[in-house]
Amino acid sequence: MWNWSYAVEVVPALLRAFLMNAVAALTGFAFAAVIGLVIAVIGQSGSSPIKWAFRAIVEFIRNTPLLVQLFFLYYSLPMLTPFSLSAFMTGAIGIGIHYGTYLSEVYRSGIEAVPRGQWEAATALNLSRVHKWVRILLPQAIPPIIPIMGNYLIVILKETPTLSAITFVEVLLTAKNQASQSYRVFEPYTIAGILFLILSLLLSYAVARLEKRLNGRHT
Amino acid sequence: MPLSDWMPLLADGAVITVKVAVLSAAVALTMSVIAGLGSISKHAFLRVTSKAYIQLFRAASLLVLLFWVYFALPFAGIELSKVMAAVLSIGLNIGAYGAEIVRSSIAAVSKGQHEASIALNLSPAQRMRKVIFPQAFARMLPSLGNLMIELLKSTSLIYFITLADLTYEAMIIRNNYYTWTPAIFALLLAAYFCLATLISISVRLLERSFTGWR
Repeated sequence: MWNWSYAVEVVPALLRAFLMNAVAALTGFAFAAVIGLVIAVIGQSGSSPIKWAFRAIVEFIRNTPLLVQLFFLYYSLPMLTPFSLSAFMTGAIGIGIHYGTYLSEVYRSGIEAVPRGQWEAATALNLSRVHKWVRILLPQAIPPIIPIMGNYLIVILKETPTLSAITFVEVLLTAKNQASQSYRVFEPYTIAGILFLILSLLLSYAVARLEKRLNGRHT
Repeated sequence: MPLSDWMPLLADGAVITVKVAVLSAAVALTMSVIAGLGSISKHAFLRVTSKAYIQLFRAASLLVLLFWVYFALPFAGIELSKVMAAVLSIGLNIGAYGAEIVRSSIAAVSKGQHEASIALNLSPAQRMRKVIFPQAFARMLPSLGNLMIELLKSTSLIYFITLADLTYEAMIIRNNYYTWTPAIFALLLAAYFCLATLISISVRLLERSFTGWR
């Protein structure tokens, strides 16, 4: 069942592939952080038809599977638009849009936690709308939500094997290829699973510590 | 749009998607309650195993877990059907998230309720069953509803182990109607959205019937 010498032999290839998962997760998370912020700010301060349209789109994205959204982006966009993106970019943008809708809620909770007096004071000081957001509101809204953002980074990391469906070569696809070459299935898949467990647990531990430190500072 | 050709295939796929979703939800909700109650139990063994289960299955990547259960486990002598592999993987993974919801909802029931039920001389089991859990259940519903939508979305991953669900059928349709690709995927997204909306409507109705006494 478990052959140590074969396991040691496949680890380097799987580790290299797992690095691609990490890169895809970080890139996707960066997109999600920006898209989420845009959705949150427009949802707070746009005109009501724009708000309504945004809310409908966000609901639709949140209630449909990432896998299908990736297929749609990867196979339909080249037919509908003159653009054709690599599997990696499609994956990162797909994750960015999907999790951006989740992060917009997180930002919203952070923005709503800023005391109303801050808004009023900024308005009283006659600050421009941009200045109000960039210098007064967001610096107070974002630090408390950093741990929640960290949790979403972990969620996104665990979601990255889905990108193998659009031909992105990551750890799961690499494990599959290894298995089909050697006819040994148990080791590659088990190692791939363990890699995710280790990194997820390490990251959640880091997030929990960060949360403790932040709470210590705020209360 | 040659909808009449597509509909029978999509309907077949929907049956598999719903079947796997319902079975996984049964596993997930059962595990949520068992591990959720277990993680606050007085028995050390129950507490440790519940917490270990929650940590382990929350940290796992669902798709890797599904592959492992379906492709690797047979080499350890455990051979499961596609549906069983899917239901176990999705159910255990989502159940770990559900257990956290159950645990935190029970913790949110006010201390006075615990004390009052002790004062009334109820046994620990009666306390949980008759006083604490019904109140916690009302709190859980919105989060569990969202979790069930996550579960429905997760079922799309069974396409990878060639279970003929909605996603798999859409890919088959796409092979024969290549030029219609954008429309096929738009339709597929709409199908999942309808199923998710069904879940949120039923949860809202449940909520109404459970919070009526407030």
